Amino acid sequence: MDNAAIIGIGMTKIEGKKTTETFADMVWESVNKALDDAGMTIHDIDNVITTSNDFWDGRTISCMAVGDASGSGLNKNISCVEGDGTFGAFYGLTRVLSGSYGTTLVTAHSKGSESISSLITNASFDPLYERELGMDMVTACAMQAMAYMHRTGTTPEQLAMVSVKNHGNAKYNSNAQLPMDITISDVLNSEIISAPLHKLDCSPVSDGACAIIIANESRASSYKKKPIWIKGVSFCSDYYFLGDRDISKAAALTKASKKAFDMAGIKDPSKEINVLEIYDAFTYQELLWLESMGLCEDGNAGNLLEKGYFNINGKIPVNPSGGLLSGHPVIAAGLIRIAELVRQLRGEAEQYQTIDSKIGVAQGVNGLCGQSHCVWVLGKDK
Amino acid sequence: MSKKRVAIVGTGQTFHKSHRPDVNGQELINEAVQRALCDANLKINDIDAIVIGNMDHFEGINYVDCWSVDGSGGVMKPIIKLTTGGTTGSTIAIGGYHLVASGIFEKVLIIGWEKNSESDTTGAITTAFDPVWDRLVFAGAISGLAAEAQAYISKYGASDKDGARVSVRDRKHACNNPHAQLRKEVSIEDVLASPMLADPIHLLDVCPRTDGACAVIMASDDCAEKITPTPDWIVATSSRHKYTYLGDVNWGQLDSMALASKEIYKKAGIKEPRKEINVIELYQPYSFAGIIWIEDLGIAEKGNGSEYIWSGATDMGGELPINPSGGVIACNPIGATGLIRCAEAALQIMGKAETRQVPDVKLALSSGFGGCMWTDLILHSKKKPDF
Repeated sequence: MDNAAIIGIGMTKIEGKKTTETFADMVWESVNKALDDAGMTIHDIDNVITTSNDFWDGRTISCMAVGDASGSGLNKNISCVEGDGTFGAFYGLTRVLSGSYGTTLVTAHSKGSESISSLITNASFDPLYERELGMDMVTACAMQAMAYMHRTGTTPEQLAMVSVKNHGNAKYNSNAQLPMDITISDVLNSEIISAPLHKLDCSPVSDGACAIIIANESRASSYKKKPIWIKGVSFCSDYYFLGDRDISKAAALTKASKKAFDMAGIKDPSKEINVLEIYDAFTYQELLWLESMGLCEDGNAGNLLEKGYFNINGKIPVNPSGGLLSGHPVIAAGLIRIAELVRQLRGEAEQYQTIDSKIGVAQGVNGLCGQSHCVWVLGKDK
Repeated sequence: MSKKRVAIVGTGQTFHKSHRPDVNGQELINEAVQRALCDANLKINDIDAIVIGNMDHFEGINYVDCWSVDGSGGVMKPIIKLTTGGTTGSTIAIGGYHLVASGIFEKVLIIGWEKNSESDTTGAITTAFDPVWDRLVFAGAISGLAAEAQAYISKYGASDKDGARVSVRDRKHACNNPHAQLRKEVSIEDVLASPMLADPIHLLDVCPRTDGACAVIMASDDCAEKITPTPDWIVATSSRHKYTYLGDVNWGQLDSMALASKEIYKKAGIKEPRKEINVIELYQPYSFAGIIWIEDLGIAEKGNGSEYIWSGATDMGGELPINPSGGVIACNPIGATGLIRCAEAALQIMGKAETRQVPDVKLALSSGFGGCMWTDLILHSKKKPDF
């Protein structure tokens, strides 16, 4: 893979309900912040990739809502990925690596407050065999949490600790929706949404948008900030039907992360990776994803969490931004993970800055119970 | 950073029909995939990544990339979904191009599909438009296209017969294409006598709703010529997807196509497209577009599209055949349609178009149209590009 870098990031605050902003307003804000961050104008952007989802937006051809706010009106080539922002960023990267464009602007947006998430995620289920059962993302993930806990022995208290950590981290992130000082008891005593998941085990469905700018090697050093280099990236999908795969594991994530780590020259992830921003839509997912990516032994993430391993000041900080548990605009979530990682590697994370991070990993998810994963490895050095 | 060469090495498509009650969506997809793999003499294990697209709200399935894996062969592979309305098929083709050209993947499978018989097409399409300003007045694809036709007629004085002539051409061409849904010749009189849908558009001026799927395999320079002796090289691509409020549309010409074609000709060094391009597969959902858009492509002078069509130049046997496959008027499985245009252009370059083969094709153009008057263009070549 040729060298490419991220040179600009911008995002809105993540909020439960943005009543005065349309999709275009959110994207406009993110794009302008990313351009300012990079020291660019829109005329420095060669092409655009928007990321959205027709169901979450309630709009056929959902990219139509944000194309102009992303610069499409200025005679740019523009296209759209449906799915998580990490997948949109992947496509944006290939348009740079292909040699067709020097820079790509990638945007992602979602307004969860205008959605009925149970109906939207129910529409992910097979219309003949599963949809009528009334399943949705929460009930499916509850099944996965149960399977994971059963297989590994991970306890409800260990799950709760993820929530305590991430909501605590959010206190230092001014963009996060849910900064909270909570205890394990608070989590375990919060309302059961779908056993074993309590309310505080679950992320909110939020409003927000994010934009990043990717540049090829020759363009990357021409702007304001020192580039953050893309060291490895990969994505992979598992089986669709839940019964066709072992949902207590994440085989597709294992495959995607191995390929991304190989590209980045990483041989021992737990020693070489300094910080992670990963897709914690639910508490158990942070632990399962860490194990699946080889950051620790299978089934051992809960124990390491108890020892403070994944705290901001721990050995491998995980979700110092507060993660999705502290704010989850669905489609933008993965792109925000990338942006937060860039912030960490630049040393611009302020109060939630991790110590001396050089290599970081971001991850995004598509599909039920983490069917499809996109893994990004970023580094300070080329 | 040099540009990397990409070629189409295999294509496959279903036999497109108004209804395919005998298969579900995954099975429909799988038919096209199997045929493309067979055409390229490859197995699914040879495929490094998959790009897929359809209109989400038509079949009502969220995360189609994830749902489709049993049919697409996407299990334990990278799979990504791109969707841009009617341009979905060309968008995924361009997406596949970039995935290979990036150097990350060697062989990419591209799948476009739609099961329109399971959709409320117009109900879904109207939600594409701005909920405050346009949605209340937008009545679906046909009325928007009728506005375009009326503006052109008003400006240049074309007639109903001119549009009908394009329909006659495409329906005749479709008779040579076993994959086309509507394979029946019609006369000018037949078109004009068919029911008026939105003045001046008659029933036989427009495309049907279709169930169908198409798959294309793109490969890198390193392996394309090992897979097939006749690769279809992708020379250049171009897209214009600008939201245009209905009141701001420059009715009577397709600005996005004019801009995209200028860009692609510049990229490829084409100065006289009418002479240099040998065949065009135009995403043309209704007949008048065949007159208007060839002007925007620089094939005919402004206002002279009708004359060029009547001259027979775009018929099979003419100097620049358009839609040898019968085009969109003969079948429109929307998410696949732009990719079918790409596949049909590839068949022409590869010399595999059978009874619809245009002789001696060296350069072909395929297009996508949709969304809000959007255009995608792909330029195909028999000769390996020298970049």
